Amino acid sequence: MKLRHGLMAAAAAAAIMAAPVAKAETFKYAFQGNLSSLDPQSLNETFLLGSLGNIYEGLVLYDDNLGVIPGLAESWETIEPTKWKFNLRKGVKFHNGNDFTAQDVVFTWKRALTEGSDQKVRGSKIKNIEVIDDHTIIIETPAPNPILTADLIYIYIMDKEWAEANNATEATSASADNTNNYANLNANGTGPFKIVDHKADIKTTYERNSGYWKKIDSNVTKVEFTPIKEAATRVAALISGELDLVYPVPVQDWKRLDEAKGVKALAGPEARTIFLGMDQGRDELLYSNIKGKNPFKDIKVRQAFAHAINLDAIKKKVMRGASIPSGLMIAPQINGHVPDLNTPYAYDPKKSKALLAEAGYPDGFEVTMDCPNNRYVNDEKICQAVVSMLAKVGVKVDLLAQPKSKYFGKVLATGGFDTSFYLLGWTPGTMDAENVLSSLLSCQNKETKVGLFNLGNYCNPKVDELTKKVGSETDQAKRNAMIKEIFQTVKDAYGYLPLHQQPLSWGVSDRVTVSQRADNGLDFRYVVVNK
Amino acid sequence: MVSFLFKRLLQSIIVMFTVALIAFSMFRFVGDPINNMVGQDTTQQERDDLRERLGLNDPVPVQFGKFIVNAAQGDFGRSYKYQVPVSDLIFARMPATLELAFVSAILALVIGIPLGVYTALKRSGIASKFIMTMSLVGVSLPPFLIGILLILFFGVILRWLPTFGRGEVIEFTSWSTGFLTASGLKSLILPSITLALFQMTLIMRLVRAEMLEVLRTDFVKFARARGLPDRLVNFKHALKNTLVPVITITGLQLGSLIAFAIITESVFQWPGMGLLFIQAIADVDIPIMAAYLVMIAFFFVLINMIVDILYYAVDPRLRADDE
Repeated sequence: MKLRHGLMAAAAAAAIMAAPVAKAETFKYAFQGNLSSLDPQSLNETFLLGSLGNIYEGLVLYDDNLGVIPGLAESWETIEPTKWKFNLRKGVKFHNGNDFTAQDVVFTWKRALTEGSDQKVRGSKIKNIEVIDDHTIIIETPAPNPILTADLIYIYIMDKEWAEANNATEATSASADNTNNYANLNANGTGPFKIVDHKADIKTTYERNSGYWKKIDSNVTKVEFTPIKEAATRVAALISGELDLVYPVPVQDWKRLDEAKGVKALAGPEARTIFLGMDQGRDELLYSNIKGKNPFKDIKVRQAFAHAINLDAIKKKVMRGASIPSGLMIAPQINGHVPDLNTPYAYDPKKSKALLAEAGYPDGFEVTMDCPNNRYVNDEKICQAVVSMLAKVGVKVDLLAQPKSKYFGKVLATGGFDTSFYLLGWTPGTMDAENVLSSLLSCQNKETKVGLFNLGNYCNPKVDELTKKVGSETDQAKRNAMIKEIFQTVKDAYGYLPLHQQPLSWGVSDRVTVSQRADNGLDFRYVVVNK
Repeated sequence: MVSFLFKRLLQSIIVMFTVALIAFSMFRFVGDPINNMVGQDTTQQERDDLRERLGLNDPVPVQFGKFIVNAAQGDFGRSYKYQVPVSDLIFARMPATLELAFVSAILALVIGIPLGVYTALKRSGIASKFIMTMSLVGVSLPPFLIGILLILFFGVILRWLPTFGRGEVIEFTSWSTGFLTASGLKSLILPSITLALFQMTLIMRLVRAEMLEVLRTDFVKFARARGLPDRLVNFKHALKNTLVPVITITGLQLGSLIAFAIITESVFQWPGMGLLFIQAIADVDIPIMAAYLVMIAFFFVLINMIVDILYYAVDPRLRADDE
């Protein structure tokens, strides 16, 4: 694998050197949202981090397939379970010409822990950084952490001198007390592209960094990004040839793109899993006609729900064939995925009815379902389909579909987990199962800060215990066995009802070749303008 | 005159205060901004701290009081999403909206008035009937659909005009203009037509109705009896007398052009205030929303006041009451 990468890099390098000086190639694209800040520590959001990943870099990088490859660190080794030695790359310069050194790494880490940072969680995975020399550091972790490198990807290294000179030594805060942070509207990284003009929400222009340390596939010299909120406008701009790439494209527009000349829909599975959750913590559901007890505490009811939902029908009718039904809470791209357990619960409405009768609800019951209507691909339609499927087995579901800001405000911890039955989607930011185990499958615990997105409080002490062990086990085989055991336990208990991995949906002009990463990130390193 | 102005001013202040109150209380129901400001891994403790620092935990009257005091000084706080002062954002966006509204108003007048005159004079002509029918379409089709259809036809099928954005703009200190570049002017065409269409038909119908009215009056009949040429009667006597209500309506409509640009701006990704507002709603960026609503209310109040004063100056009967 390593060798193949090396060969490919060498081949690419040879190709670039052989080619005459490339002429200016501009790549124009649009996304539905905007690049709210240029400060890589201001918001932990896929789009922001994905965009800034072209300007800034971590010690390690993702390749086009979410594999971890060396970035600003050339190599690393674990010298003790909690100590990692990183050899930093020499001769790398920031866009302003400053040298990249160990001091910048230490500075960045400390900055990630400042008040306004949204990267505190990643920052807290590091206990101390010891500087051996300008290009060698030892990172100490609070506990053995087998996936430290995954956390380092999004700790984008910033230039210490630059930040100090511009009074940007603290992360841009979401509150008003951190005025005019320079890093919010300016950037200085080591990446293959640099910002030449940034008007938040209107247009951002990038230019190729001619001094980039690595040979990359891309022949693009200039990139223009425009946020376009309206899907119809995005698609029109692509078909009219004004843009080279737009995303996301509504699933229902795929046919239109395929019929239009010079553009195509690019659809791949996203690493995001969409699932249903049920309140199994309270003694009485907040939103149901059953009083005095909680039907979801009975495994038969959860089982009945699982067998009442027809994932294939959702795939066919709602997702236009573009989703991948799932039996697991993580996608195949995520480290720790267990193919054996990925078979969804079988669709069997008869069994479902029988189970409800056994549980004491022969005529079903009523429950309210919370659903976002602008967060995931066709989220509201999925919920409507679930409602009608459950109606067939006698369960009457009142659907409460709301915009994401209202929805999240209600169902998340801030709203006191105010839900009985909900739809949610999750991509582990580390691309590792551990994140799902501790955020979604562990019992809610405000003190140890785990299970805080386990909105229905599925709780099994055995899972909690194993999750802790997974967090510090460095032997991959043992670790994966424990992950598998946890998923098996949750699956047997019908703790969650996974639905599918949703599709990524990009519209791409034939003028360019791009690589669609499963976390919906667009890496300019792999954008090639076709000749 | 002074008491008249004073009364108007007092009314304006009451209106502004009411708008601010409504705008502010409305935001209590748009959702929690915190979830849009942090990522999924942010801990509960950090979320709570953020709420506290943003003052979201203060009682509502306190929040409103702070808002009014700051707003009166032109300070609308900082955008939750962009971390820059809201007034900077609004002022940066204002040229785009004002240019669009200005071009649309000109279009509406330059096309609307002649068409109105024509349809009034040739009431039973085929062309008039056609124009009247088309104007119904203009009044009844929502601008969203008109915009999409224009994009589809001129942008996607014919590929003559850009489908989104403002093209190249040239910056003069704090004003960015799209009037001076070819791509800027081309980009203006579709959005301004979309925005102007409704006003155009409105003005046309108004002019037509007024013209029909005036053409029936004695002084027009008398002018004809004097043997004046038609052109002179129609334009010098009749049209002039229809223009008073037209000017009033146009003035008031300028406010709605600015306010209703929201839809046109979001269809064409026109980087104006309306688009800023729409995105702020999605992000629950309360300071932007509040500032925008107050701003638009201010425009309306200002325009209304100017129109009132104009009336006072133009119509001798109002002045007569004073004496």
